[in-house]
This record gives sequence, structure tokens and C-alpha cells, in this order.
Amino acid sequence: MNRRHFLASLPLLYSGRLLAAPSAPARFLLVFLRGGYDAANVLVPVSSADYYALRPNIAIPKDAALALDGDWGLHPALAETLHALYGRGEAAFIPFAGTEDTSRSHFETQDSIELGQPAGNRSYASGFMNRLARELGAGRGISFGTQLPVAFRGEAPVTSVALNMAAKPAVDARQSELIARMYAGTALAAPVAEGFAARDALMREMGDEMIAANRNAIAPGAFEAQAQRIARLMRGEYRLGFVDVGGWDTHVGEGGAQGYLAQRLTELDRGLGAFAGAMGEAWRDTVVLVISEFGRTFRENGNRGTDHGHGTVYWALGGSVRGGRSAGEQTRVARASLFQDRDYPVLNEYRSVLGGLFGRLYGLDSGALARIFPGTTARDLALL
Amino acid sequence: MVRRLLPLVVVIAAGCASTPPPRAWPEDSPAAQMQVLNRVSWGANQSSYAEIARLGSARWLERQLAPQPGRMPPEVQARIDAMTISQRPVAELAGELERKRLALQGAAPEDRKAERQALQEELQGLARETQTRMLLRALHSPNQLEEHMTWFWMNHFSVFQYKGPLRALVADYEERAIRPHALGRFRDLLGATARHPAMLLYLDNARNSAGRLNENYAREVMELHTLGVDGGYTQRDVEALARVLTGWSLDLSGGELSRFYPRRHDASDKVLLGTTIRSRGAAELDQALDLLARHPATARYVSRKLAVLFVADEPPADLVERMARTFTASDGDLRQVLRTMFAAPEFRASLGTKFKDPLHYVLSSLRLVLDERPLAEPQPVMGALARMGEPLYARATPDGYPLTRSDWASPGQFATRFEVARGVAYRTPGRIWAEPLGALSAGTREALAGAAATPEWNLLLLSSPEFMHR
Repeated sequence: MNRRHFLASLPLLYSGRLLAAPSAPARFLLVFLRGGYDAANVLVPVSSADYYALRPNIAIPKDAALALDGDWGLHPALAETLHALYGRGEAAFIPFAGTEDTSRSHFETQDSIELGQPAGNRSYASGFMNRLARELGAGRGISFGTQLPVAFRGEAPVTSVALNMAAKPAVDARQSELIARMYAGTALAAPVAEGFAARDALMREMGDEMIAANRNAIAPGAFEAQAQRIARLMRGEYRLGFVDVGGWDTHVGEGGAQGYLAQRLTELDRGLGAFAGAMGEAWRDTVVLVISEFGRTFRENGNRGTDHGHGTVYWALGGSVRGGRSAGEQTRVARASLFQDRDYPVLNEYRSVLGGLFGRLYGLDSGALARIFPGTTARDLALL
Repeated sequence: MVRRLLPLVVVIAAGCASTPPPRAWPEDSPAAQMQVLNRVSWGANQSSYAEIARLGSARWLERQLAPQPGRMPPEVQARIDAMTISQRPVAELAGELERKRLALQGAAPEDRKAERQALQEELQGLARETQTRMLLRALHSPNQLEEHMTWFWMNHFSVFQYKGPLRALVADYEERAIRPHALGRFRDLLGATARHPAMLLYLDNARNSAGRLNENYAREVMELHTLGVDGGYTQRDVEALARVLTGWSLDLSGGELSRFYPRRHDASDKVLLGTTIRSRGAAELDQALDLLARHPATARYVSRKLAVLFVADEPPADLVERMARTFTASDGDLRQVLRTMFAAPEFRASLGTKFKDPLHYVLSSLRLVLDERPLAEPQPVMGALARMGEPLYARATPDGYPLTRSDWASPGQFATRFEVARGVAYRTPGRIWAEPLGALSAGTREALAGAAATPEWNLLLLSSPEFMHR
């Protein structure tokens, strides 16, 4: 029996529990494309005449786009992983997704998303990934990088680890113990201890490879190599992950089927493929959600690029994702349906969409979901 | 210690031209002086402590606010003077690199590899020099506040050196657009950055022309440089400002690098923040920048950001308000704004509580262990900053690096920071001077007592909670 259909036929209540043993929740990796990627050139509205009219230099030609369905095609740089996953039914797109924030500011909108709180009443003390970690109570959160993202701020203990660490740590176990003791009873005790724990987990998972890689540190931005390490840690004890991928703010010369954006997408696609491959059996109970702060202007600007827009496209990937389709509320892509005659509208507000996804993935009830995303009602797009 | 106890006068009437006389601080103890040094400089060491102990905090701060040129140790100054970025005019340098780039543009990717590589290495060499100059000045200049503020404004008007030919331009951007105004007038900083080729390239205004608008710089200058995101501008204002900015671009063929091209300029009238800007070409820019620099939102936004650097992650609203009043009354005189802040009881009450971002952490540890010994090897320092997430001139996004505890006190940061501490500690002969850390907690003293040898003692000192704060 096809696993997808098998899962889809189960009542919602049980789907989350089936995916994972009760003590080990499903794995969830949030990939944040910082800079506002140009969604209209990734999930390409091939049936829209306006798309081709308003993007005379940068549109992806219909015959270059990878076929998805009658309305949508995919950027050709995403053939290897994303298109293959879509074909296997393990990738779904959520077009017209985003926030109610219309500041068109990268930083403002990224913060809104990561905080996941109702507009007008924000506290930087608590991000939605941390609140999710707290509801789950098990399966620890980890951010890949030396900074903790706003999404992970809060009460639940979460950690972060630098993936570009090349060699075995020079601070030995005894010294680590002495250092940790200096912080006992201070406000920084938890991050110091978590930092050592994540460092040790990375050492355990990487083992000899870490030592061998001494001369071979990962260059910043080399997402494929990073993705391998992310998978090693997420196959183990860390089940909620967060990673940033930057470089999407394409105001000038973004290119079309080839060019700058195509190169960034190729790198991302390879990284996602490496991650899925390295997860092995665990891919079955893993969901990767790829998001960005906003989409870009539907028209190309004067420099063969695009400016800050509004609605975007999220991607949900995973062995149990009900993929091979576009999910959520849809509209025809045309000038007439643009927000402020400029951008994709937001029809699928991200907090309700993510709430619905977490409901499915973890079997969380409406009370728990309301604690993760206060003031909103989860909307189930049946992504699993 | 006998000192006249003068009441602490808060400078509000900063619009007046006269400089208030230095005031002695009540309770200007050695410990308090050390804390002032840790907060205002890039980190205390024996020589800087000797100076503040001699002058007292108030006079030391006044001297920092009015830096005298030529105080750099001669050996360090000679190293800076010998750099290509000091010897060759930027227009010549950038023009030459641009000609080389154009000559290679036609060649097939597999051809002329050696030339391509040489061009990249030249750019990398300039970037290394620029970073080395910054480190040398921050570590060794007696004018610590000037260096601190230079970095602050570089971070405020941030550019990313790896975009296009920026590595050839950043040194000049810092030297001519930022540094001369670091303790001067905000409006001068705004005008100089707006026209500098580094900013024109980084935020794409070089490509912004009539009928082919690029609103990147127009948006960020309001959101990040002046009004702040809640400063009351709209998408219409972004577009209006983008039209004002049309035609401001570059000319890399030699001569002055930035240029106004009248034929690329949008000749219509614009309405920015409710004010009509009549069409008059290049002169529109100054009118628009005046509007932004004098806007009350800018006074608040800039004051708050300064207070985040020098007072607290969440600076007291009342203090920010007083600073903003000084900002407005003095037409953006940064020296006056800083004076208001340094004189505030909130400033003194906050000393020792700011969590160091990676740059403050690395520089304070190096100032402590090097003191008057010039930094010999800048390369590992650049590497450490990159690993900790705060490489120089390389914030990829235009917001600049954040400066609060919640941005940096993460688990991965600590694990990396202790590794960096070990690198410094194990290269330091003898025990590090512990006075700048103030009174140590019982936990830190206990750990130090358990140190096996001097390098480990140094590692623990630099890893202690006390040394994480300034």
C-alpha cells in the first residue's frame, strides 16, 4: 500500500502519533531563506500571460520550467531534488503564503514571523519554535549557526552549534567542566551548558570525519556540506532544527533560467537533497519547511531584478508529506489579483498554516496550538 | 581619594554652543574608572587605566570626546602608512581594478585564469589591509571613543565588502565618509554615506534611474539609517525618495568616483513625508536628507541605538528622550548627544552589565593581553571574528550587527568563544592582569584556584562570566 494514501486515510488525531514513537516526536527543520526570495521565479505561474508581460527580461520561459501542473512550473535549477521529491509526492507548495505585515522590511517581517505573535503586541522574549519545543517537552531544539534565531528565544532549553567548526575542540572535558561551574547559578548557565552539549554531540556524530576535516573547514554558504551535518544531528537527539540560508535579496540582475538566482537555487536544491539522503530511514518522519519573509514585486524593476513584495511560496518536504500538489487557498496569477497592484496577495496566513501543520505532525490539540500561535486558529491544509 | 563632589548636572540645553566644563564624578573610584574604560573603550588595559586614573573619569571622557590627532604609537602608524590603502588614491585604485575586470570580461572562463586569480588576490589584499587597519587602531589608538564610534557608524551605515568591487572601496568609505564625522554631525555622516561609491554600489542606487527605479537604498536609508521602521514613512515615501535619488551613480573611469547624471534623474516634483520637493536635479538630495536628518523620529532612533551600545539592551526611555532632545536642539551634534548620555545617572548605573558581542569580546581580550605590544598577526583575529559570526565589513544584510545579549548569548556562541579564549590564553606569557574584571565571584575564584597551569588560568579568566560583560 502506498504510504501516503495509507496515512491520508487515517483520522487526523492519530497521524502525528503514528509518525513517531511517543517518546520521540517527529523531526521538523525550518529553513529560513533570508532576504525574501523571488517566489514567482521559483514556483513559476506558467499559465499567466501577465507574468510574462511584466517580466520581459527575467521570466522563466514556459519551455524551460519543469512541469508541475497546468498552472505552475518549477525553476529548472531545482530539478535534482525538489522536482524529484514533488514527483514522488514528497514535496508540496503553499503559494500565496506569508504574514499580515506590510512593512516590506526584511528585518521587521523576519521578526514578526519568528515571534509568531499577534500583530501589535509583540514580545521579543518568545519565538514560536521555542513555544513548540515547550509544548512537545521532548526532542530538543537546535539552531545551526553561532547565533540563536528569534524563533528559538524563550523558556525551553534549546541549543545552537557552529557547523563550520573544523577541528576537535581544544577546550578539553576538564576545562569545559571548570568553565561550566563558573556559570552555575548565573543567567548564562543554561546556554553555556547547552553549548558544550551540542559541541559534544557534533563530535560524537562526526567522529573521525571531524578530525579528518581539519584542513577542510566548511566555507560559509556551502549549504550542501552543512546540510550533511544538520542531518547527522537531527537523526540523533535534536528533533527541532532551524537553519538560515541567505543571499536572496535580488534587487539587481537576478537572472532567469540561468544567472544569480539560479545558482543560489542550485546550491539550496543540492543541500536539501543531501539532507534528505543523509536522514535515511528518518526522512519518513521528517518535515522540512522552507520559508522566507516575503515575496518580491511581480513586475521586474529597472535593473532586471525585483524589489520587496508581500505574498510568497512556502515549501513542505518530507517522506510523509502529502505532496505533488499546491496546498492552501489559491487565486489566478494575474495583475488583477495582485496586492496593491504590486505583489502576490497573502491568502494563507503563516501562523494558521504552521499551526495546522504542527497539529498534524504532533497531534497537538487546539489549546496547545493556541499557546504556540496565540490569537489565531490553526488551519489544516492536510500537508501530512 | 579626595574629590570635590559636584552635583551631577544633566546636559539638556545642549543647543548652546559653549562646552560645559568637565565635572568630577561623585564616587569616581578606581573600580568605577575601570568600568567606564570597559564600556567606552574597546577594553581596559594597564596603559589606558593609567590615563583614566590620572585624569579622572570626567576629564578622560572629555578628552575622548575631543580626540587629538597624532597620538597613535609611531610603530603602528608606520604600518598603517605603508599600506596600499593609505598610499594610493581610491579613484586610481578602483579605476585600475575596474579596467582589469573589464579586460577579463570578454575572455572565456577557462582562459586567463592567472589574471583572474591575481585580480581576486589584489581585492583580498585590500580587504586584509582594511581589516588590519581597523584592528590596529581599535587595539592601539589612545583615542578609543573615536575608534569605537567609527566602528559604530560603519555598522550603522553598514556595507558588505564582498559585493562587487567593494573591497577596493571600504577603506576609503571608512576614512572619508565615516571617520571624520564619527564624533561630528549626524547630517554630515548621512550626506557622506549617501554619496559614497561604496553605499551607492551596496544598496544599488548606482542603478536607480528615471523610469527604472530601484528602491533598495531609498527604503533602507529611512528604515535603518534615519527614521527607523516605525518612523512613520510609507511605501509612497519610499518611492518618492527613490525618485529623488535617481541619477546618483558612479564613474569608475577615474576622477571623482560618485557622480550625478542629470539625464538619469526623474524630473518631476516629489512629495516626501508630506513635504514637496520641487524638481531641481542634484539639489533635491540635500533637501531630502535634511528632512530625514531633522525628523524627530531620527533623533529618537539614533539616540536609542547609541544608548544600546553604551547603556543597556533596553535603554531607559527617559534617557533616550533626553538624548533625542539634545540631538534635536544641537542639530544632530553627536558629541553633545554623547555628553548628555555620559552625564546621565542611568549611564553610570548600567556599567558592567552589557553582554559583549564577539567584536567587543575579542578586542577587549587582545587589548588586555597585548597592551602596548602591537598586534603582530591580524589574520587569526579576522578568522576568530568570522567563526563567532561577526566578521569585519562582512555583515551580509544592511542592518549591521545587533548589539544585545539575546542576539549573542547563545550556546553555539559560547562553545566557539571559549575556543577563541583558549587560543588567546595559550599564547600569552604569564598571567593576564585581572584588575579590569573587577571583583570576581566565588565561582570564578574557585575555578581559577583549580587551574593546572598559567595558560589554563588565563583561559578560565577570559572565559569567566565577568569577562563576558562590559
